[in-house]
Amino acid sequence: MSSTSLTSGRAWRPTLPRRHVPVLATLVLLLVMYGIGVSQYRAFSNVQVVFNVFIDNGFLLVVAVGMTFVILTGGIDLSVGSVVAMTAMVSAAMLRDGLPAGLVLVVALLIGPTLGFLMGCAIHFFEIQPFIVTLAGMFFARGMCTFISGGSIPITDGFWTAMSQERIGNPAGNFVSISVLIAFAVVLVAAYVLAYTRFGRNVYAIGGNPQSALLMGLPVGRTRIAVYTVSGLCSAIGGILLSFYTLSGAPLIAVGMELDVIAAVVIGGTVLTGGSGYVFGTVLGVLVLGVIQTLITFDGTLNSWWTKIVIGGLLFAFILLQRLIGIRFK
Amino acid sequence: MTDSRPVLTMTGISKSFPGVRALHDVDFRLFPGEVHALMGENGAGKSTLIKVLTGVYGIDEGTITLAGDQVAFSGPMQAAAAGVSTVYQEINLCTNLSVAENIFIGREPRRLGAVRWGEVRRRARALLARLDLDLDVAAPLGSYSLAVQQMVAIARAIDVRAQVLILDEPTSSLDAGEVAQLFRIMRQLRDEGIAILFVTHFLDQVYAVADRITVLRNGALVGEYLTEELPQFSLVEKMIGKELDALERLDEQPKRAVAAQSGGAPLVEVAELGRKGAVAPFSLRIHAGEVVGLAGLLGSGRTEVARLLFGADRADHGQVAVDGGRASLRTPVQAIDRGVGFCSENRRAEGIVPELSVRENMILAMQAARGWLRPIPRRRQDELVDRYVKALSIRPANPDLPVRNLSGGNQQKVLLARWLITEPRLLILDEPTRGIDIGAKTEIQKLVVQLSDGGMAVLFISAELEEVLRLSHRVAVMRDRTMVAQLDNDDSLDADRVMQTIASGTNREEVTR
Amino acid sequence: MNDTAARLRAVTGHRLFWPALVLVLMLVANTVYRPGFLAVEVKDGHLYGTPIDILRLSAPLILVALGMTLVIATGGIDLSVGSLCAISGAIACLYISKAPDQNSLSTVFTALALALGVALVLGMWNGVLVAVIGIQPIIATLILMVAGRGVAQLVTEGQIITINSGPYRAIGLGHFLTLPLAILIALAAALLVAAFTRRTALGLIVESVGGNAEASRLAGIRSGRIIFLVYVVSAACAAVAGFMMTANVSSADGNAAGLWVELDAILAVVIGGTSLAGGRFSLSGTILGALIIQTLTTTVYAMNISPQTSLLFKAVVVIAVCLIQAPAFRARFARRRSGPTPGPAAPQREKEQVPA
Repeated sequence: MSSTSLTSGRAWRPTLPRRHVPVLATLVLLLVMYGIGVSQYRAFSNVQVVFNVFIDNGFLLVVAVGMTFVILTGGIDLSVGSVVAMTAMVSAAMLRDGLPAGLVLVVALLIGPTLGFLMGCAIHFFEIQPFIVTLAGMFFARGMCTFISGGSIPITDGFWTAMSQERIGNPAGNFVSISVLIAFAVVLVAAYVLAYTRFGRNVYAIGGNPQSALLMGLPVGRTRIAVYTVSGLCSAIGGILLSFYTLSGAPLIAVGMELDVIAAVVIGGTVLTGGSGYVFGTVLGVLVLGVIQTLITFDGTLNSWWTKIVIGGLLFAFILLQRLIGIRFK
Repeated sequence: MTDSRPVLTMTGISKSFPGVRALHDVDFRLFPGEVHALMGENGAGKSTLIKVLTGVYGIDEGTITLAGDQVAFSGPMQAAAAGVSTVYQEINLCTNLSVAENIFIGREPRRLGAVRWGEVRRRARALLARLDLDLDVAAPLGSYSLAVQQMVAIARAIDVRAQVLILDEPTSSLDAGEVAQLFRIMRQLRDEGIAILFVTHFLDQVYAVADRITVLRNGALVGEYLTEELPQFSLVEKMIGKELDALERLDEQPKRAVAAQSGGAPLVEVAELGRKGAVAPFSLRIHAGEVVGLAGLLGSGRTEVARLLFGADRADHGQVAVDGGRASLRTPVQAIDRGVGFCSENRRAEGIVPELSVRENMILAMQAARGWLRPIPRRRQDELVDRYVKALSIRPANPDLPVRNLSGGNQQKVLLARWLITEPRLLILDEPTRGIDIGAKTEIQKLVVQLSDGGMAVLFISAELEEVLRLSHRVAVMRDRTMVAQLDNDDSLDADRVMQTIASGTNREEVTR
Repeated sequence: MNDTAARLRAVTGHRLFWPALVLVLMLVANTVYRPGFLAVEVKDGHLYGTPIDILRLSAPLILVALGMTLVIATGGIDLSVGSLCAISGAIACLYISKAPDQNSLSTVFTALALALGVALVLGMWNGVLVAVIGIQPIIATLILMVAGRGVAQLVTEGQIITINSGPYRAIGLGHFLTLPLAILIALAAALLVAAFTRRTALGLIVESVGGNAEASRLAGIRSGRIIFLVYVVSAACAAVAGFMMTANVSSADGNAAGLWVELDAILAVVIGGTSLAGGRFSLSGTILGALIIQTLTTTVYAMNISPQTSLLFKAVVVIAVCLIQAPAFRARFARRRSGPTPGPAAPQREKEQVPA
């Protein structure tokens, strides 16, 4: 770096591509996989296949959006899978006891954010690693599930079944579920919040450099607590969507989901050390996971465990990619 | 320079911390449209004064007046809102965000809660244009050099209609061209009427840009001077704080004769070793049994020289020979293999392992050299540890105490023992006597003499000239990251001459000897 | 009297005091609730009884936690141990199930060696990611945690492999000198790891790297090698634990084997007094921690509560232990206790630590 071109020259030029390489890589990967699917299986070209990916993964998408907030600040939330399960369990149990659907929704949607808020407080005020706090949250939520019931509770409530069976489609017979629309709404709201509100920008600033953020007068503590609350809220919404999807609450559902969610966020180009990434990338990440599952289902000879191996491989590839790019501009 | 009324007046400021009086009855004033350098050695109270001003610390006594009103800020944010902005040495911005966002985050123009990005960028461009900077404001800050980042930090600072701009060592990581650019902007802001408080360790820079200088020493005001009326030599004298003649008299110890060994082959021969951004290439020969002192002000590159020699940082220039054979000292492991030891000045972060015991801290380097498969037998450990606990009179003399429970001086002795146990041929001591009590200090000084008499070569780094002169056979002088001279410590050498060399950078006699 | 007070303080100040007290309290509570709890009887020359069961069942956890202790002491974490348990158990069972004579000792030993070898390679993979490529440990081991489950299921082809091998079963259920073989193996592993770390300088170097990485580098420690090594050791411990888990049930289930053992292991390490930030580690503390967790699980079983509910208790324990360890929490607590007079000593020491 010579001193000659101080103002016009940069340390390095290709800023835009470099920052977006992981997202672009994900997009290319997605297109290639879809291309493979279409070329191999005739049925794959049906639009409904794409819609089904969304229907099957709507709740995953919502949870991943929440996780994106957390990872953008450089944190991690291991409790999401358990919170999803707990929300579904609580809803199912309350509906079984004959409480009105509206009240159940409100209560179910309050539990997740409350737990998230408490975890955020522990992380901020007591400076305990997010990893261990959310681990405890995971234990707690999972324990609550079995505390409520050791077995699966079916949901027969009218509102729930209506939400589950409602199909919004075009005359050609392709359709999506309500859950997909809710998931899209969550994505849009999250994208707006991250791009256009002070809270969203503070999330990026904290992920970039928490000390600087503090010295620039940004509300670091409040923001940090808020992202875990947001993640809790998204997990709660995800839990509701999951209960729409399965029409039950089961204590051992969504075990290990946190890993899928983290993988989706990372594959979507969000840097694990924080400060860089987009909700749109997370959507792509979830789609990649969904298409892998669909491909493996279509193949028939491959088994479901290949999904995990492929996800692990992709996770490795993208972490390595992030490392090679050295995306933290430090 | 407008000689109107000062925009900022600090009167009779005192600030104590438990056991330490950081500031005592300090006056300071700052006029609009001037660059005012705040000078002083380490611990003189510069940073305390700035922190008191910006409200990081409360004040015990005294008043601060800003533009006629008495103020007491609750913190840097409030200070900035009132027009007193600070830019720190470490650039406190987020490199992952865009240039424009770094300037405005936390106070972005919004409509209905939504950030107006167009407006943010427009304003950022306008602000940067005022500083004569042409940047892509949408690009991430991290894609620009440190110098540009520093200027963006200044842009952020002055956007809040700053009356007072505090630049706390802004130049320490910039190269010459970047410094020039920064100075251009400082002058421009000065001409616009902003009062700039400038803290730096580089003497040249003070004379290049400052209109006025205030010198602090040991928490007290030495004086306020116009730059043109204060020669560099007097500035150094005032910072270090002793009349030169008195200092000479104080040094009553007999001179260490110039090493007889220096005629022989050197133990370590350094040729044009350097690292960009750390220290300019330097050459140095150190003989067995010789103590080479390294003198210079803080930030002059003393520590950087030591780190390069030890392989703690990688040199990108030059080479080193040990015993006449070329040696690669690119990592500490390699340096230790060649018989080099290094006591860092940063005892806490780079020296002790706080939870480990005194014993474990002492044997660490020797154990590392042996490898983990060959533990040092317990009896040998006891022998070594006992010997050095006694020899260095480490208190409390309980080798199983965690080292974090010891005082600073005793921790320092433990670190010394760690290296002495490895029986190095060259021992690099970076500020081994700083922050420890006078008794321990004398003991360490005596030890250095003993070691060199025993044939060990020592590179001795200290901010205290008397100490360097008392112990060294030869003194290498650092200034602004360059080794400007190497002086034999014979009868003709005194603190006076060393200081002149530090101040002027001349007296460049036979740099490579 | 002063003497006893001093001695009491020495006892309570010992790092193992609190975990040991918790364990004793749990045993006492159990005995009160169910008087026969501590009864041990001899049947066919073997010891039987709830305490023996706790020892036997805690063996895999002790093993995993031993490896985890070393990893955490370097300031890292290994999330992949559960998957490694599943993989090693699956490989061993697969090999035995394919062998003509499942009871042959040579078959079993070959199976064990094979599975252990694979686990070591996977441990090296973790080590390379952390020590060479420099990925944060939690992320680096997350990769194998995700993919490893898939690999385990790949090995078992999604089935539960059942075997009928006496020697292999003995790893989990066998007895030797009246005691369960599993606990003896765990004990032997603990002694081995203890010898490995305390008889060599490995322990010191691990603690030094975890306690202050930069100071260790400047003291000439090649921390990369050490970090690599602890991940390999952790994988080896997980592999042996995997053998026990599968031997207990004489079958390998790629999905369920070792599920959540990484969390229990981390919990055991933390309860045992090793800080998650790295540095000083205590193997005996870890063993106590593992016993506490197993006692908790057994207690919950005995009280006829769903075993999953023990997670609730674990959550409480994790938070409590972490709060006690967190400097920020201690500071708040100490401030409240010392009341309005803030101890002048603390800031003074702070001042001295700052390089002047």
